[in-house]
Amino acid sequence: MPVDIDIAKVARLARLALNDEELAGYRQQCEVILEHAALVQTLPTEGVTPTSHPLPRTNAFREDVITECLDREEVLAQAPERDGDYFLVPRILDEP
Amino acid sequence: MSDLADLTLAAAAGGLRSGDLSAVELLEAVHRRAAMTEANLHAYLTLDREGAARAAVGADAGFKRGADLGPLQGIPVALKDNMVTRGLETTCSSKILAGYLPPYDGTATTRLRAGGAVILGKTNLDEFAMGSSTENSAYGTSRNPWDPDRVPGGSSGGSAAAVAAGSAMVAFGSDTGGSIRQPAALCGIVGMKPTYGLVSRYGLIAFASSLDQIGPLARSVEDAVAALEVVGGYDPADSTSYPGAVPDYRSGLESGVSGLRIGVVTELNGAGIEPAVQAAVNRTLDQLENAGATIVQLSLPSVEYALSAYYLIAPAECSANLARFDGVRYGLRRLGENVEEMMSNTRAEGFGPEVTRRILLGTYALSAGYYDAFYGQAQRVRTLIIRDFQAAYEQADVLVSPTSPTTAFPIGARTDDPLSMYMSDVCTIPSNLSGDPAISVPVGLDDAGLPIGFQVMAPALGEPVMFRVAAEVERLAAFGVRAPLASSEVG
Repeated sequence: MPVDIDIAKVARLARLALNDEELAGYRQQCEVILEHAALVQTLPTEGVTPTSHPLPRTNAFREDVITECLDREEVLAQAPERDGDYFLVPRILDEP
Repeated sequence: MSDLADLTLAAAAGGLRSGDLSAVELLEAVHRRAAMTEANLHAYLTLDREGAARAAVGADAGFKRGADLGPLQGIPVALKDNMVTRGLETTCSSKILAGYLPPYDGTATTRLRAGGAVILGKTNLDEFAMGSSTENSAYGTSRNPWDPDRVPGGSSGGSAAAVAAGSAMVAFGSDTGGSIRQPAALCGIVGMKPTYGLVSRYGLIAFASSLDQIGPLARSVEDAVAALEVVGGYDPADSTSYPGAVPDYRSGLESGVSGLRIGVVTELNGAGIEPAVQAAVNRTLDQLENAGATIVQLSLPSVEYALSAYYLIAPAECSANLARFDGVRYGLRRLGENVEEMMSNTRAEGFGPEVTRRILLGTYALSAGYYDAFYGQAQRVRTLIIRDFQAAYEQADVLVSPTSPTTAFPIGARTDDPLSMYMSDVCTIPSNLSGDPAISVPVGLDDAGLPIGFQVMAPALGEPVMFRVAAEVERLAAFGVRAPLASSEVG
């Protein structure tokens, strides 16, 4: 069955700044792939529980012991921009 | 054998213990091989010569002291570049992680180091492990040692090419939909995906968390066993790690297949498989029957839908996992007017086309209004596939199929048609959805002289019977041929 994607909306949700030409290309490819993927809709699955994980486990606990943690300097050294011990990002809130 | 780089791991481990060879000599031989083959193959993104030399010296000192750290002590090992290594560049073959120096080692890497392995460097892959040819790498395509005009498969194509060519004795990769087994098949080596949860995913850069599994690529089944022994087992740092005891993989290696029931999956054999590939698989089945196995035909009807379900589930999980690449904590940043624009510009520039496509697919499949029809339905189909496998394992000890429907294809042949590329994994994807172990063993060559892989699948934690059958397949096929580029005379 044909699939119709609002590709600009999807790209916005995914935080991908794509131009119109790129969007048109991805839209066409994604529709072809989704048409094939939509085959799953032809299988009757009433009452079938969805599987999110192959070996179901809940509440994987471990002993609460103190172990070595990541070195702060080594971590922050990878930041595109930092301010002392903080990751620096462009202003999020407007000027007061 | 004239060149140490061509030894199996098992033979090298013996030589290291008898004092016939040293880890330093072994490393030098592998480095010489890499110097000959890398210009053609581009298996590696990073060779860590200093780190490897230090590890080799350390391994030799250990042997002198009488310290035996296990089967990988002193063995030159390559890691796929989506396994984080402290202080050693880890890119996932993506521009978005260019220059990234991880502040920690993944658990598999930690165990390899503790086991005295000599880590050679980081191998090429399809960006973020998304692909079946390594053509999606931002740093150039790896090539097949059997024919450099063809792909080595993927996404662990660099690891497979290195092991086949002798520029690594064993390598690790990750398998989300066949990314260890398919390149192993295309490069004429052994590649194995363990039961989900058997090897910790801590420090494996996530693609699709419910499918990803680290596993070995090796020159023999026994070598794959040795490699898995070192990295497997419970890890509290991975909440999906299997908490029970690790099975004894070795016990059945010499037992043969007499009395075993081998199920041929109707849906994964015949239609859509290249005739030469199917012929090699059928020949192997005849040999297994002659060796005392019972061959049974089994139908797993829902497996026909595995590829469709996979291309909803994997992109959905990928779109969530790759949200972390936002230009804030590591990797590339491209500026914008505000934070959201900075993130969107960074991601658009940092991700290549296949990764972008899968993020878009996954975001769509998870978005309001489409979630149940696509992602939810794929998860229900996953349940049906698991049930089909469970029913099949009532009637057979292992299931078999070709690993890849074709042998290695020419570079560029499938890059313009994503769906045809996805078909490369039609035989391997079902085991990722079910979480079960599977292995590819080389069983022959097609008319063009390209290797063919035979896949053995087993139920969860069925590694012992899987390895037992794989070892017999290996003996019966007597593949033994080496990639032309692995021959020491070729430069």
